[in-house]
Amino acid sequence: MANTMPIEYYQQLEEIQAIDFVIDELVLYLDTHPTDQNAIQQYNHFALYSKQIKQKFEESFGPLQKGSVNHQQDYWAWSGPWPWQV
Amino acid sequence: MEGPVPFPQRGEEIVWIYEKKLQYPVKVSTCNPTLAKYLVEQYGGADGELAAALRYLNQRYTIPDKVIGLLTDIGTEEFAHLEMIATMIYKLTKDAKPQALKEAGLGEHYVQHDSALFYNNAAGVPFSATYFQAKGDPIADLYEDIAAEEKARATYQWIIDMSDDTDLNDSLRYLREREIVHSQRFREAVEILKDERDRQKIF
Repeated sequence: MANTMPIEYYQQLEEIQAIDFVIDELVLYLDTHPTDQNAIQQYNHFALYSKQIKQKFEESFGPLQKGSVNHQQDYWAWSGPWPWQV
Repeated sequence: MEGPVPFPQRGEEIVWIYEKKLQYPVKVSTCNPTLAKYLVEQYGGADGELAAALRYLNQRYTIPDKVIGLLTDIGTEEFAHLEMIATMIYKLTKDAKPQALKEAGLGEHYVQHDSALFYNNAAGVPFSATYFQAKGDPIADLYEDIAAEEKARATYQWIIDMSDDTDLNDSLRYLREREIVHSQRFREAVEILKDERDRQKIF
């Protein structure tokens, strides 16, 4: 399974990882600085953007999480490789 | 038909949801069971990611409200780190023959588990809940958390020192940095609780 995915898989996944890292950092910061409006604004911006790029990824490569739309009409699966398989 | 699900408000995320991705990419240069044997310290060891996740998530129920969110978010991130460590161990050992595992000091592991992962430390000692505490005293618990992050950071450094896998070391350096960030956030949480305590004394 290793390295058999198209280049777009890795590119899109890496962008998701980068954006979600920004969110992770902002959330931990906001946990101890809950009134920083600039950080809240940044958080909301990246939270929305993360949802958009994940939706695009899921249309091509299958669901990232429970609750995502299953784009294959005739078969439900955690389609695509698992994180340790790529 | 229900409308689109609104973006969850902070504090409403009452279940854990698996997300099918790593927090940071994990690449491995070559099959290296010796390195896997060292890395398992961060999987099932005293200062490893499993101990960290269980420690923080368990402390939440009796800690003041102001730091429950931080413990939840850091505890959850530790599970993401656990999956990164598992991915490293899996990739470093998946192509290793029994003889190679034996030479790496993993002969006993192979006899017990084949190539399955198991929660034990680098010396093969199984994981134990005695690795962490829950004292119910918020400052005592948070000081333990700060110490845990610093010990995990040191362990990552020692593993990096033992590793010549440049791809893997990139991911290990990322994890080492996360320990520093978590430690600093826990230090801020201590200050938040001290401020609150001091305010309560003023009438």
